[in-house]
Amino acid sequence: MARAVTPQRKIANTAIAWAIGFLIFFPILWTILTSFKTEAQAIASPPIFLNFDWTLENYAIVQERSDYMRFLWNSVIIAGGSTVLGIIIAVPAAWSMAFVPSKRTKDILLWMLSTKMLPAVGVLYPIYLLCIQLGVLDNRAALVVILMLINLPIIVWMLYTYFREIPVDILEAARMDGASLKEELLYILTPMAVPGIASTLLLNFILAWNEAFWTLNLTAVDAAPLTAFIASYSSPEGLFFAKLSAASTMAIAPILILGWFSQKQLVRGLTFGAVK
Amino acid sequence: MFMRTALGAASALAMLAGTAAFAESHAKTITIATVNNGDMIRMQGYTDTFTEQTGINVEWVTLEENVLRQRVTTDVTTKGGQFDIMTIGMYETPIWGANGWLVPLNDLSAEYDVDDILPAMRNGLSHDGTLYAAPFYGESSMIMYRTDLMEAAGLEMPDAPTWQFIREAAAAMDDPENEINGICLRGKAGWGEGGAFITVTANSFGARWFDEDWNAQFDQPEWAEALNFYVNLMNDYGPEGYATNGFNENLNLFQQGKCGMWIDATVAASFVTNPNDSTVADKVGFALAPNSEGVEKRANWLWAWALAIPAGTQQEAEAKQFIEWATSKDYIELVAANEGWANVPPGARTSLYETAEYQEVPFAKMTLDSINAADPNDPTVDPVPYVGIQFVAIPEFAGMATEVSQEFSAAYAGQQSVEEALEKAQAITNEVMEGAGYR
Repeated sequence: MARAVTPQRKIANTAIAWAIGFLIFFPILWTILTSFKTEAQAIASPPIFLNFDWTLENYAIVQERSDYMRFLWNSVIIAGGSTVLGIIIAVPAAWSMAFVPSKRTKDILLWMLSTKMLPAVGVLYPIYLLCIQLGVLDNRAALVVILMLINLPIIVWMLYTYFREIPVDILEAARMDGASLKEELLYILTPMAVPGIASTLLLNFILAWNEAFWTLNLTAVDAAPLTAFIASYSSPEGLFFAKLSAASTMAIAPILILGWFSQKQLVRGLTFGAVK
Repeated sequence: MFMRTALGAASALAMLAGTAAFAESHAKTITIATVNNGDMIRMQGYTDTFTEQTGINVEWVTLEENVLRQRVTTDVTTKGGQFDIMTIGMYETPIWGANGWLVPLNDLSAEYDVDDILPAMRNGLSHDGTLYAAPFYGESSMIMYRTDLMEAAGLEMPDAPTWQFIREAAAAMDDPENEINGICLRGKAGWGEGGAFITVTANSFGARWFDEDWNAQFDQPEWAEALNFYVNLMNDYGPEGYATNGFNENLNLFQQGKCGMWIDATVAASFVTNPNDSTVADKVGFALAPNSEGVEKRANWLWAWALAIPAGTQQEAEAKQFIEWATSKDYIELVAANEGWANVPPGARTSLYETAEYQEVPFAKMTLDSINAADPNDPTVDPVPYVGIQFVAIPEFAGMATEVSQEFSAAYAGQQSVEEALEKAQAITNEVMEGAGYR
């Protein structure tokens, strides 16, 4: 039974939630605000919050200097490709672990996760040399595969957790009705796990979008995504914070919009199975 | 069936990505890796002129300095062949040249006039007398000070002051009530940030990183004197939290009128005198970096961003053509004609400093004097086995100097004493040198 909540308590809770939300969002808000300032206003002390002459100059300069669409397109292909490929491999893997576990399933899951514990730079040279040998440096397809492999443990883990919440009886009933494995996966399991799969897709898309080690180190011109676009505006010798902020805003805008529209799915997926 | 369709779709996507990349790589194009700073960005704007003249397309990969270092180092050591030209500094050039990773620039054309390159720059970018990178712009460090505050304090800045005078001037200009710090200096950890500054300061107190047998020298009195002087000066008259201030933070403070003096890269002069960005643009004077009384070496460094060709590139001839264009006298004139003499890349060519129009730029003479006062082959009072002023040109330096500068920054922040920091620096350095087989 739900506890009775007094109106005052409700107002206080709402206020606290908004305050925490604002605190977390503030750095992004500040970046967006800074992108509309001049370089001098961007570094003014004390900082200017809203009281400045808004300008689009930084966006114009960034547009002129960089081919934003090329970086954006690369990000979409790399993040999208690696996520889709990852899901295709992870769904059957998670299915077998959740519904026909063996003695070693738990160990395998943990072992998969252990690959995430190695710092990426530790394998930079082997992977770089492999890419040279295969002739796939600065190649989107190579990054799709590499980012997929990096995120695969997380995808499998997330899907495994969601699948475990689905009663085996339902799948058995389907089998008794004569469903093949493909039909079982496609028509029974997937529809029931849609919130879980959706949030896995979204989270991995965001992870791949933000990945800034491999996407910087394995690309040059052709495959460089938005992470390289941002890195080109960071400068240790010179104050170009407004332009950097404009570039950052342009880089996060697509993912911010995507997150905004899919927040219902995202929240539902992330809390899926949280209440027993 | 489902799996087959899915895998088919995925491989089609991968192939699509692959062919697009293949088609783009077929034009006659050179790829240049570079840093994001004003002069480099300006050069990107003039690339069309080069393409019109030669028919060679240019692709730019601009990255933040530290990202760029890691990126081009990986590529050059594995012969990845991603870049036809790399922007590298005075630290990397001699080491990479010695390893055979760079194409020697010993056959540049007569019109290019290689002898016109400032001798300090040419030496710093050569190994065994062979030039491996052409300087695009060069810099040293110098004092920038507020002429109005200096006058109000009743002092006059000599052209070549001592540290003792700097302390006196900092005390006179320090005005906490009006948020003016007597002096702003780098304290941020990192070999190229605070590490570079404290190394040149130590040079000007007679200290050095190593003796001739590669023994670390942090246990010597000169280092203690230099570091104590710096910490006391900054604690008394420096800004709050100076242990995390680097070039950009100090540039910001100075432009906002919050520093009496700032000792840093000569390239900063064009920023602090630019009225669009700086509130003190018309009140800035320049002087040579200081030395301690009786020490002949001054605290000024030498650095160049230079263009080099990695060995194994398929487009060596085109890359050389670009380097000749970008570091030529004609390029300087092109920029001067379009954007004024104050905006040309400084510090690379002797002829620039002989140009009458350039001599009128307020910081031109002091920049040249500072560059000429720096000698990477003879950086310290006592002899050393290494080349380099604010760095030691050995591959191990970047790693250990970063660690050492972290210890120093901890001392600036008051987390440990100067003596503790020096002890740790001594231990770190000797350990690295032993491991690498120098001792």
